[in-house]
Amino acid sequence: MQPLIFTRFMTVEGLAGWPPPVFDPAGPFAGSITTLAWVLTGMAVAVLAIVLLAIWTALKGRPALRKRLGGERMIWIGGVAFPVVVLTLLLIWGLSLTSGISKPIAGTDMRIRVSGEMWWWRVSYLDGQGREILRDANEIHIPAGQTVALELTSADVIHSFWVPRLSGKLDMIPGRTNVMRIQADKPGVYGGQCAEYCGGPHALMGFVVVAHTPEDFGRWMASRQAPPPAPATNEARRGAALFASAGCAACHAVAGTSANGLAGPDLSYVGARRTLGAGILPNNRGAMIGWIGNSQAIKPANRMPAYTMLPAEDLKAIAVYLEGLK
Amino acid sequence: MTSETGFDPKLYDRFPTSGARPRGELEELERIWCAPKGWQYLTVVNNNYVGIYYVGAAFLFFLLAGILALVMRVQLAAPLMGVLPQETYNQFFTMHGTVMMFLFAVPMVEALGIMLLPQMLSARDLPFPRLSAYAFWAYLVGGLAFFSSLFVGLAPNGGWFMYPPLTSTAYSPGINTDFWLLGIGFIEISAIAGAIEIVVGVLRTRAPGMTLDKMPIFAWAMLVFAIMIIIAFPAVILGTLLLEFERAFNWPFFDPTRGGDPLLWQHLFWFFGHPEVYIIFLPAAGLVSMMVAMVARTDLVGYRLVVLALLATGFISFGVWAHHMFTTGMPTLSVGFFSAASMAVSVPAGIQVFAWIATLAVGKVRYNTLALFIIGTLIIFTMGGLTGVMVALVPFDWQAHDSYFIVAHLHYVLIGGMVFPMFAAFYHWAPMVSRRALSERLGKWVFGLMFAGMHIAFLPMHLTGMMGMPRRVYTYLPDRGWDLPNLISTVGAFVLAAGIALFVIDLIRNVRLAPGGGNAGNIYGAGTLEWLPTELYSTRSIPVVKSRQPLWDDPDLSKDVEEGRYFLPGSVTGNRETIVTSPLMAEPQYLQIMPGPSVWPLLSAVFTAGFFLLLTVQAYGAGLVSGVLAILAVLRWMWETDRPVKQPFVDIGAGINVPTYVTGTSTHGWWAMVVLMIVIGMIFLMTVFSYLYLYGRSTRFWIDPPDAVSLALIVGGAALSALLAAGSRRALLKGDGRKRLAIWLLILASIVISAVTFIDYRSWLAAGLDPEASGQGAVIHAFIGLQACLSGIALLMAAFVAARGARNFIPVPRSNVIDLPAIFIIFTAALGAAGPGLVRLFPGTL
Repeated sequence: MQPLIFTRFMTVEGLAGWPPPVFDPAGPFAGSITTLAWVLTGMAVAVLAIVLLAIWTALKGRPALRKRLGGERMIWIGGVAFPVVVLTLLLIWGLSLTSGISKPIAGTDMRIRVSGEMWWWRVSYLDGQGREILRDANEIHIPAGQTVALELTSADVIHSFWVPRLSGKLDMIPGRTNVMRIQADKPGVYGGQCAEYCGGPHALMGFVVVAHTPEDFGRWMASRQAPPPAPATNEARRGAALFASAGCAACHAVAGTSANGLAGPDLSYVGARRTLGAGILPNNRGAMIGWIGNSQAIKPANRMPAYTMLPAEDLKAIAVYLEGLK
Repeated sequence: MTSETGFDPKLYDRFPTSGARPRGELEELERIWCAPKGWQYLTVVNNNYVGIYYVGAAFLFFLLAGILALVMRVQLAAPLMGVLPQETYNQFFTMHGTVMMFLFAVPMVEALGIMLLPQMLSARDLPFPRLSAYAFWAYLVGGLAFFSSLFVGLAPNGGWFMYPPLTSTAYSPGINTDFWLLGIGFIEISAIAGAIEIVVGVLRTRAPGMTLDKMPIFAWAMLVFAIMIIIAFPAVILGTLLLEFERAFNWPFFDPTRGGDPLLWQHLFWFFGHPEVYIIFLPAAGLVSMMVAMVARTDLVGYRLVVLALLATGFISFGVWAHHMFTTGMPTLSVGFFSAASMAVSVPAGIQVFAWIATLAVGKVRYNTLALFIIGTLIIFTMGGLTGVMVALVPFDWQAHDSYFIVAHLHYVLIGGMVFPMFAAFYHWAPMVSRRALSERLGKWVFGLMFAGMHIAFLPMHLTGMMGMPRRVYTYLPDRGWDLPNLISTVGAFVLAAGIALFVIDLIRNVRLAPGGGNAGNIYGAGTLEWLPTELYSTRSIPVVKSRQPLWDDPDLSKDVEEGRYFLPGSVTGNRETIVTSPLMAEPQYLQIMPGPSVWPLLSAVFTAGFFLLLTVQAYGAGLVSGVLAILAVLRWMWETDRPVKQPFVDIGAGINVPTYVTGTSTHGWWAMVVLMIVIGMIFLMTVFSYLYLYGRSTRFWIDPPDAVSLALIVGGAALSALLAAGSRRALLKGDGRKRLAIWLLILASIVISAVTFIDYRSWLAAGLDPEASGQGAVIHAFIGLQACLSGIALLMAAFVAARGARNFIPVPRSNVIDLPAIFIIFTAALGAAGPGLVRLFPGTL
């Protein structure tokens, strides 16, 4: 069995699968697809019913009915005319929907660049000129009721960005930037996951989108402009020192400190995140200790080495330091 | 009735002949086609044996890949299970997909073709028996070696679609990916070999009188299948080569930092990958069209419409590949085109489904296991088709893509469109190759378990997908609500497996193979030629075909055929032989002398497999030796071919005389060469596509092409080579005295075209082209590599011709041994001018 750490801690809000997210949209871009999904499901069920009825009639029907069914005329009606009409109507609707959803980006949309990396998400908030104004990871904050343009790219292999309640998916391809628009109608937390197989722990590459009211979003953005608070307790200070000495800073950055590693997720406000390990663990002290101590047992082959050599109190000190970064 | 070849159709009225057949005729036929003993089972080439081997091997891979699926289902039965570690799971799902698609589905339909087609067309064998033996052994040895990579933890782990850059050396440094490329290499070889065999077999070895519109639907389906392989497989052949070049030599075809593009792979892969689905489905649909007529005991309703549907499917399927790429951010316009094409392809599918229903409606249905599997096919395939229409709509696909909804969809399509028809075919055709039929009582259980298990396993996956579960995940978290549907799917998978296990038990209990005579025979009362009484030589005599269901329309046919009252009632030359007929009207044209058992196809296959395998495990020296041995074995095998017999004309029955040796466009060898050239031409076109595609992406690292002098040299050299090759054919026509000249001209032609390739390479080298520096460098080196490969084959051919000439094995005034290499060299010369011309003149910097 996998480590118990999952079963013990796992209840991240907003990730639950019921009702099915594709049928439970939280914004206009997913909403129009939901309508289409219902219509298509209805079409499929209806056509299946017709075919089943035709099979039943062919096998058990009255001779007169069977005779009518058993000619080339029926093939023309059932196999050609019927699908052509149904499909043409569906196609016209589908295409107009497609162009509606993928209209070019209006310049005023808020821009966020998301880069898929094996096996987490690098998030950069951009200003109007495309300059980075804030760095984060595995969590995307957006204002509710506004359209946000996501510039999707990849640092290594192909990933795919999917938040089913907000939109369909769009691939993140090295060498390209794909733009996706999302919008959440109401504040809330919406789960997402990598949908293109990207090797190793692809199964454990999740993230969350957090929608705030516009006021809350403004406050959140403003609060993030300053470095996180310095460690306040002795234990946290010891954790900060260990963070530097144990090599964490080689890969992770914490704003306002000497830690400026770029290989792994930015940890400036890691204490405020909802999840750890890219959308797979709830953010609490136990999970943090478990993750730092042996992330390889939780998410095999991820790029963070296991720190099994650190004694438990050191792991705890680092966890205390990190959870204070909020 | 008009004639195609000048053959008088009235001659058909001479059959059935009367009077006693000469004594010893039957005995001689039996001696010539005698059954193998002991080790000879390895050297057989007769389709009766190779077909059964092939079906058996493909079914073995079906079971193996199915076992992988069961283990994966156990792992997914509950969240965070630890049955399969992440890496092992990734290897398992990659292997499950790859083995099912490449080692089971394609070979299985091809195997059924090899087993059934000669019988259905009443040919003694397929036109190139040794080629199918070679294809089979290469596939079996390569497939088993490929599968074994799983046991040492070196199996590929990048998914069956192998998207770079995940599969490039940067992210897959191990040899796992190379094993995938190796496994696919074998299936490419055997698929192309099979396609050549089937195109020529269907078009040229039909029984006299079997005009195209009297062909069994399965033959039509296999013809479309083979043509689709010829057009689609070159894309994946090129793709796998480019990926291997990138991995081995660091040529950046798919690396965006050096002017490559990962999406190029996706275009190449899916240009093959989507037609692949129809490559699998069409033959199965052809079988269903034949079996549904048997179940309903009436002719298929709408034969012509169904044939049109097969052709239309083949055509449209080449316009849908990008629907696997709707989420890559394609422009809206092309999205619209591919969406429309994807929906259009459901129209021919609808035609077939309604033709089957109509046939059931007119006939009197017998409720046996066969009927159950046919009805099951109809239901499951319809459901898969409908979800296919759903995902053809782009916005819906954005949600469904790469989720479990797709897993459900593709399993409905493939199980309904291929697996259920295959089981139906097993029940239907088992009596043709076995002394006993399969059990009806067990069969109903097999069907019940498979049908129920299939729905229990895959129906919930539609929902799991809509609940947000992506594909290709080795586990999932407990809070997603995916637990219950996954558990149900696992239970269903085991019910499905129980049905298949029961079938295997039935197979062991009841099937006693009888490739020749002594089979259970026509227990379903079918009307097509494969149900004539057969022995290892196929039917005693080859009937004149006057309708689509000859056995129904002429009750005496079986008796007359068995008594030798039709064409070729014995062996007229003392060799294995069959009648080659014209492509449209199937009028007898000549007698083909067929090769018999031989160890060389087997050895060629083993050394081919050894070559690729040893290269994969980086034993380069041994690999090279094996490669040379493979070439020598092929040449040794070719050595025995094209030996005219003493009698120039023979009586193939009722005083109808045909030649035993012909040359030119009516030979089966010429047809095979044309098919091969189309395959190579498609590989060339795909390379052109790759070149233009990368040019369109970015020209940042591109350099100016070499000067016009090199191009003039290349085009002039290629033209000279073509002229020399054409001259060689003409010289031979002048008779024995010019034979030496003909051989020398051919040798010269092959040397000139090789020199042209070398000049091309040197001029780029001088211009400073670096294969590792840019997409341009990489693709141009691929062009040169292809050309070098063709030139090398031309040199080998010329050497072979010289050796044959030295031993006086070249008949005059015309010989296929000169003709076919000459055509090949002219073709090579044409490509040798076109490729360098394109990359120098476009983008127009010359």
